[in-house]
Amino acid sequence: MKVNSMVKKNAYYDSVTLMIISREMKKIEGVDEVLVGMGTELNVDLVEKLSMLTPELEEITPNDLFIAAKYDESKCTMEQLIQAFDDQINAKQDASAGDYQPPTLSSAVEHLKGANLVQISIPGRYAAQEAEDALDKGLNVMLFSDNVSVEDELKLKKKAVEKGLLMMGPDCGTAIINGVPLCFANVLSRGAIGVVGASGTGTQEVTVCIDKLGEGVSQVIGTGGRDLSEQIGGLMMSLGIDALENDPETKVIVLISKPPAPSVEKKILEKASNCKKPVVVDFIGGDAKAILEAGAIPCVSLEDAARKAVAALRGEKIADFEGFDASEDDIDAIVEKAVASLKPDQKNLRGLFTGGTLTDEAMKFLGENYKIYSNIPMTPDMAIEALDGEVKGHICLDLGEDEFTRGRPHPMIDPLTRSEFFESHVDGTTAVVLVDCVLGFGSNADPAGAVAESVNDARAKLKEEGKELVVVASVCGTDKDPQDLKKSVAALKDAGVIVMPSNMQAVRLVDRILARVSE
Amino acid sequence: MKVNELFKSELKVINMGLESFYQDMKSQDVSAIHVNWKPAAGGNEKMAALLSRMKSI
Repeated sequence: MKVNSMVKKNAYYDSVTLMIISREMKKIEGVDEVLVGMGTELNVDLVEKLSMLTPELEEITPNDLFIAAKYDESKCTMEQLIQAFDDQINAKQDASAGDYQPPTLSSAVEHLKGANLVQISIPGRYAAQEAEDALDKGLNVMLFSDNVSVEDELKLKKKAVEKGLLMMGPDCGTAIINGVPLCFANVLSRGAIGVVGASGTGTQEVTVCIDKLGEGVSQVIGTGGRDLSEQIGGLMMSLGIDALENDPETKVIVLISKPPAPSVEKKILEKASNCKKPVVVDFIGGDAKAILEAGAIPCVSLEDAARKAVAALRGEKIADFEGFDASEDDIDAIVEKAVASLKPDQKNLRGLFTGGTLTDEAMKFLGENYKIYSNIPMTPDMAIEALDGEVKGHICLDLGEDEFTRGRPHPMIDPLTRSEFFESHVDGTTAVVLVDCVLGFGSNADPAGAVAESVNDARAKLKEEGKELVVVASVCGTDKDPQDLKKSVAALKDAGVIVMPSNMQAVRLVDRILARVSE
Repeated sequence: MKVNELFKSELKVINMGLESFYQDMKSQDVSAIHVNWKPAAGGNEKMAALLSRMKSI
């Protein structure tokens, strides 16, 4: 195997583009390993781990592009690989051919008259400066980048509050402003429910459920996951509540977050208590009593938040939703059929999620009843490290966490990570696989298709052992999303997947199946 | 509050970073422009900090 590299000085491309190109180049015949990236410390570290470090890569700077490859010289050449890279990058650039791309924010403001929002997804260490410049120019900011310090976040949000501007993020993946989905968000009907969300896929699930129930959203404001921490003090959620209270289109407000820091929870609930509009609060797994005392509406799941918001809007009775859309008889029949297809030694769960909050929701419910190994375990002894590389017992993973995404795109963009886990983790002891399928802008063009393919492969493997497989999924998407909800559901059903109307209903169904196979 | 003015205006987006987010805007016919962003001062952080301080003077 030949190890070789190429460095292009002062050529910048974004990381997702390069990761996707790396993946495509790996398919070239004779290529054992290839990494295309910017010369950051993290990338050079990865190259070293893959044993592809060359002297020229030791000298590289973060502003240089590199291709590092290990290949069979009798089957391909470095020139071929460079050509393949050029072809890929040119194909991507063709999509924006002819569009003027100014080099700086200042020149962009001059060219796009009336610009009012900047979407920033550059590497974290540069992002705070650009976000601050944007706020100084009177622009609202959606900051998708992570790796921005808490100190910078606080400084940016204080400035935004002073100016009455949105500072969504850092690490904000989902927002819908004036009906336009930003970064990772679904295409929804417009309506009267306003949302402020600190968790990306949590916000996607709630808003999708609102859409499925026949209502729509006015504005969906993202805050980034750290907003309700002690340090940041919920600055953006507070501003979001004020903005939605002042917005004549918004009749009901929904707040979504993991349990906030106690002092911040108090502050936010005080605000909710003084708000003239109904406020539905889902502090996922948080304390319902405090929410009730504030005169707000607590929730038992993301779907429940959507249902209660819709009920509040329609003036209907507000009650916890803890069941299924289908009748109990129908659910029993589904469980019965699933359990009957399994062999006695098939007892384990494999939760393979791409959405962080959807994993949280599954773990909080199933973790109460079963010991589940996870990267977000209920107790420290159930951390995946305790598996020591083995695949055993119940396992539920958030595959979007950093430990699974080093040097590759998030599994919502590229389903490869989950496909690999299907291969390595779905085995003869598996009773049921639980997956999410997140549609919308930002997400992969066909996540359901990728799941269906993995399911078919896993079924073929288990068939050799004379075994079947039960797969339960929910699709977080609408019929207006580019991937199309109906098409996605059909692709999953064709692969024999049981498709439930929400993540929580999928989780509840899995709980029923596990209860039966654990008997 | 300025945010409420945004809610009443046509959304016009400046995108900086992942180009796919810009393509998503274009596919929805949203007014958008993509910044051909590169790290300031060739990624030299000390130099970039200096430049940024000069800008703010």
